[in-house]
Amino acid sequence: MTGDEACAEGALAAGCKFFGGYPITPATEIAEHIAKRLPQVGGVFIQMEDEIAAMASVLGASWAGVKSMTATSGPGFSLMLENIGLGICTETPCVVVNVQRAGPSTGLPTLGAQSDMMQARWGSHGHYEIIALSPSSPQEIFYQTITAFNLSEMYRLPVLIMTDEIIGHMSERVVIPEASEIQLFNRIKPEEKSMPYWPYIPGADGVSPMAVAGEGYRFHITGLTHDEKGYPVMSAEAHVHMVERITEKIKRNISHIIDTEGYYLEDAEIVVVSYGVSSRTSLSAVYEARSMGIKAGLLRLKTVWPFPEAILRTLASRVKGFVTVEINLGQIHLEVQRCVGGNVPTFFVGHAGGTIIPPEHVLSVLKDAF
Amino acid sequence: MSIQSDQSDQQTHPLDDLLRKDRIPHIWCPGCGIGTAFSACLYAIKSSKLDLDHVSMVSGIGCSGRGAGYINLDSFHTTHGRAIPFATGLKLANPDLTVVVFSGDGDLFAIGGNHFIHAARRNMDLTVICVNNLNYGMTGGQVAATTPHLAKTTTTPAGNPETPFNLPLLAYASGATYVARWTILHTRDLTESIGEAIQKKGFSFIEVLAPCPVNYGRRNKLKPLDVLRIYQEKSIIKHFASPSELHLDLEKGITLGKFVDQDKPTWLDMYYKTTRKKS
Amino acid sequence: MELWRIPLDRDHIQTMQGVVYILDERCKGCGYCIEFCPKKVLGVSKHFNRKGYHPPIVKHQTECVNCHFCEIICPEFAIYSKPLSVTESQNPQVTV
Repeated sequence: MTGDEACAEGALAAGCKFFGGYPITPATEIAEHIAKRLPQVGGVFIQMEDEIAAMASVLGASWAGVKSMTATSGPGFSLMLENIGLGICTETPCVVVNVQRAGPSTGLPTLGAQSDMMQARWGSHGHYEIIALSPSSPQEIFYQTITAFNLSEMYRLPVLIMTDEIIGHMSERVVIPEASEIQLFNRIKPEEKSMPYWPYIPGADGVSPMAVAGEGYRFHITGLTHDEKGYPVMSAEAHVHMVERITEKIKRNISHIIDTEGYYLEDAEIVVVSYGVSSRTSLSAVYEARSMGIKAGLLRLKTVWPFPEAILRTLASRVKGFVTVEINLGQIHLEVQRCVGGNVPTFFVGHAGGTIIPPEHVLSVLKDAF
Repeated sequence: MSIQSDQSDQQTHPLDDLLRKDRIPHIWCPGCGIGTAFSACLYAIKSSKLDLDHVSMVSGIGCSGRGAGYINLDSFHTTHGRAIPFATGLKLANPDLTVVVFSGDGDLFAIGGNHFIHAARRNMDLTVICVNNLNYGMTGGQVAATTPHLAKTTTTPAGNPETPFNLPLLAYASGATYVARWTILHTRDLTESIGEAIQKKGFSFIEVLAPCPVNYGRRNKLKPLDVLRIYQEKSIIKHFASPSELHLDLEKGITLGKFVDQDKPTWLDMYYKTTRKKS
Repeated sequence: MELWRIPLDRDHIQTMQGVVYILDERCKGCGYCIEFCPKKVLGVSKHFNRKGYHPPIVKHQTECVNCHFCEIICPEFAIYSKPLSVTESQNPQVTV
């Protein structure tokens, strides 16, 4: 099964019942697969007129109470960011997959890259927190799609899966577990009798219970700065309050959200930081380096945003250096540098996109670092 | 004899139960026609006998886009131009909902024009009410896709060089099953028409002509009362007139009426039919 | 020019009488209700509301036929009418 198909299967396993799509290489196969599968489980697939509409329909479906998603690649992701912002502001759970290809602009549609990572973080205007996952295999994209739905339902926001063409088109064995083995989380509903219902009164974990259309709550939501009632309020105080709420709900739950995987970190002197397909080539470089006696380790970011800052800072206090590996000219590398704070040297391996990073490139940096 | 005036808040307007009273007065300017179009929409919803818990309103951005913020139902104020695709997702994920899109001409036909024609083509089961005030009011009176040729706006100070859309023709050509045009002065017909459109299965479109006194009217020497007098004197009600022959100017008049009322399977009907057929 | 035909049964048909209610504080003074009242029941008041507009006042109450046109043309939800009988029972302070 390809990564794209595994993503669609993961969505179905998570209970996704609506997909608003628009064809784009290399994400089309997700739409194609789920278009076939959704009617079989009582869901709806619609190919909208563009990515803007696709994203808007996904938000609408979520407010009608179903788990909804879309999938795209760079140019489409640019168009979706407008309504991803609406999803963040109105706290709408949904999942957006970006099967990254090389940009800018139309770029290399059929060849992979990891160059939308900063766009994923800051691409929609305004200040916000986002959750972005990065899978490194078809099996992992299956599980991460489920995780993405769970996180979006738990924290009420669009969750991004930042995969790439290489994982999307890679064909590997994927094990789909029994439904009973999959843990699902569904959004917290308001208590039956809590009328009048205000959509943005935060619960204990900072997340507000969510009513949906047709339940009789008669709520209002808006992309304007709003108060707990969901009503527009045009003041700096209200804005500070709202932005604090939508950022704090992520920040205070950061340890639950962030997921990383470490290889040889216990005694590592030099740590490779990578994610997605690049973490696979990085791992083989680290194995090779170890066989040569270099004390290398790998920190694989399964969650890229929010950035695992605390883990990086802890490592920075005891290792001699970091190497960031990604298919761009240095995006997550900037984050690594920020966290390391100049205490130890940071190296970078990457290129503008179109192919994977060969393990030898990583290895040569590991060899020459010290 | 003595007459009641508003000495206390005890008086209840017949629409107060459908209004978010804590948000009234609304933001619309004195003489703005959106309030009347909105009121017609509320009367139509109120008399529809629908379970109001299953009625949602979706708006885009702009003056008319504020509509969703004043209705005391599940209501969604979305991004600029995107009310229709948002409403599409809402409707498809819960077909039991009646979804009304209330927005303006700039929102629905310029930035959102693509979404409009495709929703009409698909025969998505939505009711779209477009308040056409001939310009972008919220941003201060810029030229729109509906501004008459030669009209003055802040971005066409020498007069609009472009030709406006004929909205009912566009809706009809795109596949809408119900198309009507009224002015806010014809509010009884308008209310009745919105009522029909809401009951109608399929994509319904109603254009409502409304004055924008502050931004359009001021620059084109049209006081709101004069605009309503024009509506009174120049309107010709011509049901089932050919959408390609509708007029909207001071010389030939303003053609109003219900132009299209046809039955076609909706998107969801056809989706079920095609995806559930036995192979 | 008004070209209304006078109904043949006009003598024995009773026209409904209505009472107009005005929510002064909602009014923005557009004048639509005054201009388009078919019976010219309303006029412009001299007093200001809190926002500085002149709300309408009822000048010829007995002329009101409870057609609701003021109610449905008003963009502000600021005026409505009720049939006289209902009004009398609910608001005994209204005298005619």
